[in-house]
Amino acid sequence: MPEKLLQIEQTPPRGDWTDATVQFRKGSFCYGATPKSTSYLGLPHPRKWQPFDAEWQLPPNWRETLLAGMKERLNKYRSFRLFMDICVRCGACFDKCHFYLGSSDAKNMPALRAELLRSIYRRYFTLSGRIFGTLAGGRELTENVVKEWFYYFYQCTECRRCSVFCPYGIDTAEITMIARELLDSIGCGINWVIEPAANCFRTGNHLGIPPHAFKDSLEFAANEVKELTGIGIEVPINRKGAEVLFVMPSADYFGEPHYYTLLGYLMLFHEIGLDYTVSAFASEGGNFGLFSSHELTKRLNAKIYEEARRLRVKWILGGECGHMWRVLHQYMDTMNGPADFLEPPVSPVTGTHFENARSTRAVHICEFSADLLYHNKLQLDPNRNDRWNVTFHDSCNPSRAMGLLEEPRYILKRACRNFHEMPEDTIREKTFCCGSGAGLGTDENLEVRLRGGFPRANAVKYVKEKHSVNLLACICAIDKATLPTLMEYWVPGVEVAGVHELLGNALIMTGEKQRTTDLRGEPLPERGEQ
Amino acid sequence: MNALRALIAFLGIVLVAAAAAWFKLSLVMVIVPYAAFALFLIGFSYRILRWAWVPVPFRITTTCGQQKSLPWIRSAPLDNPSTGWGAFTRMSLEVLLFRSLFRNSRARLVSGKLAFREDQWLWLGALAFHWSLLTILLRHLRFFLQPIPTVVGGIERLDGIFQVGLPHIYISDVIFACALAYLIARRLRDPVLRFVSLFSDHFVLFLLAGIAVSGLLMRFVVRADLVAVKQFGLSLAALHPHGLTPASPIFVIHLVLVSTLAGYFPASKLVHMAGAFLSPTRNLPNNNRAKRHINPWNAPVATHAYEEWEQEFHDKLRAAAIPLEVQDAGKAVTD
Repeated sequence: MPEKLLQIEQTPPRGDWTDATVQFRKGSFCYGATPKSTSYLGLPHPRKWQPFDAEWQLPPNWRETLLAGMKERLNKYRSFRLFMDICVRCGACFDKCHFYLGSSDAKNMPALRAELLRSIYRRYFTLSGRIFGTLAGGRELTENVVKEWFYYFYQCTECRRCSVFCPYGIDTAEITMIARELLDSIGCGINWVIEPAANCFRTGNHLGIPPHAFKDSLEFAANEVKELTGIGIEVPINRKGAEVLFVMPSADYFGEPHYYTLLGYLMLFHEIGLDYTVSAFASEGGNFGLFSSHELTKRLNAKIYEEARRLRVKWILGGECGHMWRVLHQYMDTMNGPADFLEPPVSPVTGTHFENARSTRAVHICEFSADLLYHNKLQLDPNRNDRWNVTFHDSCNPSRAMGLLEEPRYILKRACRNFHEMPEDTIREKTFCCGSGAGLGTDENLEVRLRGGFPRANAVKYVKEKHSVNLLACICAIDKATLPTLMEYWVPGVEVAGVHELLGNALIMTGEKQRTTDLRGEPLPERGEQ
Repeated sequence: MNALRALIAFLGIVLVAAAAAWFKLSLVMVIVPYAAFALFLIGFSYRILRWAWVPVPFRITTTCGQQKSLPWIRSAPLDNPSTGWGAFTRMSLEVLLFRSLFRNSRARLVSGKLAFREDQWLWLGALAFHWSLLTILLRHLRFFLQPIPTVVGGIERLDGIFQVGLPHIYISDVIFACALAYLIARRLRDPVLRFVSLFSDHFVLFLLAGIAVSGLLMRFVVRADLVAVKQFGLSLAALHPHGLTPASPIFVIHLVLVSTLAGYFPASKLVHMAGAFLSPTRNLPNNNRAKRHINPWNAPVATHAYEEWEQEFHDKLRAAAIPLEVQDAGKAVTD
């Protein structure tokens, strides 16, 4: 099976890219947003439709809406206007996109992906384009262009890898975000984004878990910790006056292997006696609004500060999640701040002032735990992770929109004895996306995901062959949800885990019973083995 | 196809210039450079102002290294600056040395495996092209200024330091010709790049090539009357233009091509010259959580407030013994 997808067309593209016709092949697109979720969020033009329909039932004034939307955004985002103007098509970004590497589809090259929008910008918003049309690189806005946008802007995971290599820092994520806003404005969103966003708006989390079920799953996790360690723990929910509000992606308490990471968090918090609470209202750290529009990002993100204020906590601690941290780091304070009702975060255990978070007042759990380890506040038995040969997958957003590179590595190297890096071109700021980010992680889109994830999988395969790596550690909920499928397909025999799962495995808790299994219920390796 | 169109457009301009020289239309030599210069100044300023007017709503730095977080973790101040100075340094290295381009690599699929190799050729070609072009531009100031500034004289002496050939061959000319040839060959020969290239991408390269060739011809083959050229240049600069008589066709072609490039500049991708400085992913420090970034158009949005949420799930919350703000309808709880 992998051989089939690997037959990536190597012949150079021919003809004229300005032809906008696309084919919606099974496995290469996401389903359209349902009228129910679209209406719940009050987004435009809800209707029953699918991308493979011949007739998309666009609103009658779709062209005017798109052009007006472009104009508005050209005047609101310097990034957008600038990135429409300054690309010189030098070619540095071409082979930096995982979707291009996995598909050889020329329109997946970042410069050309942007050109799909740029050609419309030139035709309708520049003098030369209005006069000279195609000669000035302009293109008419037709219904086929809308379909082409839908196809290719939902084949970008907003990972920003191209932006690292661009001599002007042109960020395709920014262009994709604007393009998706435009598509949403005429009712062309995808359900894998809009439905979680609608769920999140209503219940507080993407999975639509109501508060009592939220409590159930946390109690279940607490019982699990008790079984593993013999220690009874409490998970406070909506408790006022706690020092810290802990926010995590909802997959952590409902998905696997995320769940083991949750066990790790809970064990850690109990061991250090953290005065914290979780919230059933702000029960989602992730933000699928980011994959739809800036406005929806803000709408979903608002509840985190709102809840922190209501619960009168001092600061916010955030769990392992990639795009959640793009929002918390680069958007939250600007959108919903200032967080003047909180206090600059200080670790209650080590007294460390998290100076880098003094305004937003939100600390990444890897920063928090690395600080604990550095000050020797945790006792670890890394032998318990001996069955794993670990490598670390940098998630796109923490690496390229934050720079959280060393903290998770520091934790891993303390919690595990066998750690191996993947090749340099595939980690840190050059990391390859899982291929399923930005709302594309749905099964109907499987072929695109497997293709897009190929460069990542290939690097894992390299360390598997060289160092017998059998565990891919990461700090992102979408990674944990989609990398197992990717591994199963390209690199069978490699499992996926969160960093705090491995920390939880290694953590020696005060008064714990002799542990016989790891957090997954697998027997612990014999001491001295390996 | 776009390359062909660009070539035709370029040759058309050369023909028009040659015809102007043939018919001794000396007015062309005055009107064209002034019009081009005016277009360049007004157009380019407009483009820059147009960008500058648009706000930067979010601080969206692309981080290419370790953030500054815990004091014992070494951060990457250039690739992930946490201060304005850091961002300034990062930007300076981008603009002066094309640092991001230096990162370039090539990825190739070889028997089912992705192989990466360093690829700094584009970086080298681009750097050579831009710096030699700047040197050549500065050298040309000698035609517009009297006395010639010491800096310009110094650049000339350094540039011709090898004293090879008569007149001396300038290093910058050689480098520029090589770099430009590389950039043109690359764009025409790489099938992927050719597929993506627009008319404009080829057109500016052809213009530059025409300018370089005509310039070199005047220096080494059909020697221009430098005194007359300088008088003409000075007269243009003094806003007291008088035509160069008799003008050699090569000089007219050179002048018209330069004017075309200057006039076309604001409407083309060449505006990256200024745009590069304004790129919000590069020119902002990554200190988002330490210092709040203000969005001037930040407007309220429709949210789902806690009270509405509690109301909707009230019974379930109470059954699950999750603390409530409102125990029963209308009755607030003091805690």
